Amino acid sequence: MSNTKENLFSPKNIKLLTAPLSRENPITVQVLGICSALAVTVKLQPAFVMAISVMAVVAVGNVVISLLRKTIAPRIRIIVQLVVIAALVILVDQVLKAFVYDISKQLSVFVGLIITNCIIMGRFEAFAMSNKAWPSFLDGVGNSAGYGIILIIVAFFRELLGSGTVWGYHVVPQFMYDIGYKNNGLMILPPMALIVVGIIIWVQRTKDKVLIEN
Amino acid sequence: MFSNRYIFTYASVMVIVVAAVLSMASQLLKPYQEMNVKKEKFQGILSAAEVKVSRADASDTYSQFIVEELAIDSEGNIVSRYAKGKQELGDIRPFDIVLRDELRVKQDAKNGKTSRSPLWPLYIMEKDGQRQYIIPLHGVGLWGPIWGNIAFKSDFNTVSGTSFDHKSETPGLGAEINTVLFQDEFKDRQIFDQNGQFVSIKVVKGGVANSSVPPMHGVDAISGGTITSNGVSEMLVNCLENYVPYITKNIKSHE
Repeated sequence: MSNTKENLFSPKNIKLLTAPLSRENPITVQVLGICSALAVTVKLQPAFVMAISVMAVVAVGNVVISLLRKTIAPRIRIIVQLVVIAALVILVDQVLKAFVYDISKQLSVFVGLIITNCIIMGRFEAFAMSNKAWPSFLDGVGNSAGYGIILIIVAFFRELLGSGTVWGYHVVPQFMYDIGYKNNGLMILPPMALIVVGIIIWVQRTKDKVLIEN
Repeated sequence: MFSNRYIFTYASVMVIVVAAVLSMASQLLKPYQEMNVKKEKFQGILSAAEVKVSRADASDTYSQFIVEELAIDSEGNIVSRYAKGKQELGDIRPFDIVLRDELRVKQDAKNGKTSRSPLWPLYIMEKDGQRQYIIPLHGVGLWGPIWGNIAFKSDFNTVSGTSFDHKSETPGLGAEINTVLFQDEFKDRQIFDQNGQFVSIKVVKGGVANSSVPPMHGVDAISGGTITSNGVSEMLVNCLENYVPYITKNIKSHE
């Protein structure tokens, strides 16, 4: 173990954090976790809380799985991963219900559905099962941050155009409504989230040609 | 290789550890969660009577405005009263009655499966020297439960305000029932006709103006939210009719 005295923030570790933000983004590149991205992005606040919740589950879960990885029998590894995810999600749900009740109501079933978020199983299986705790933690934080960023961008546009607010504060001035501006009700409906995600993917691929498949 | 015995032991230990952690968390957080639910109920009751209050101040404002809580049986008798912070009659605080259960008891009684007679909670508020009666509501929308509160002026006939909420109605359509726009439509509508007959308030598809429903007893439905709108209509009849004996006995007789 002595040859692993790697710097905590070595370039390799930093890459674990930053790659999922752009080139390996779970939503726009790996196209995982789309369902919750569609559902909770009507307003910024729930999207933010969802992002934090997913971050807590992936980061802590990754560490737990990474610590246990040598003891887990391959035959039951999926069950073990699921139990860890389910336990963490229930904890997050209970904490939200106790301390941010309003937002937990808006998120309703979607916090529970973090259990089925493919990003989490994906990270456990692909990374935490074969890496040490610290890199696993960074990988979890990086991936959930990549997920969170997309959620927040989508929620920003949907809330701004759909309700005329940002983080609950009115930003579209009254005179705009007086001269005939109307909030776009379509932005509130889930299909628009898909279209916004689509636009983000389009913009990202236009800028980064590496992502374009042949 | 891992032996079968190892796998079984591993799984058992894991399940026990997880169960212990979760039940501990649940026990620790329960008081906070119950407080939130209670405060939300306070807020709902107050907001029907046009008292907007933040969650933090909900319980103080509630005890300031609500002077009496009553529980009424199907014949209109008061079986429980809670006022000024103490129980004056009966053994259950009206606030703690779960309306959904009482509606189920009512349904059971209709089907001949009587277990007990249902109790109907009623909140009496004093605001600006005026008495208001607030009735909690519970019903079914398109995708799940809908609920709310309706406040009446001192004649117990004219609506002074409503608050509705829902679990999972469609955003932009049925979910509109919790908007001010829809709730304000109910103001000044009446639930008894000129002859003193109970008619409730109907949520009318296509607009009250184009229907045979008198404007006094109808509000416009939400476009595209027909089933939720019907749900609100049914909820109103189903919940308000229980109070008719009480109203005729105690309010109308004094007019």
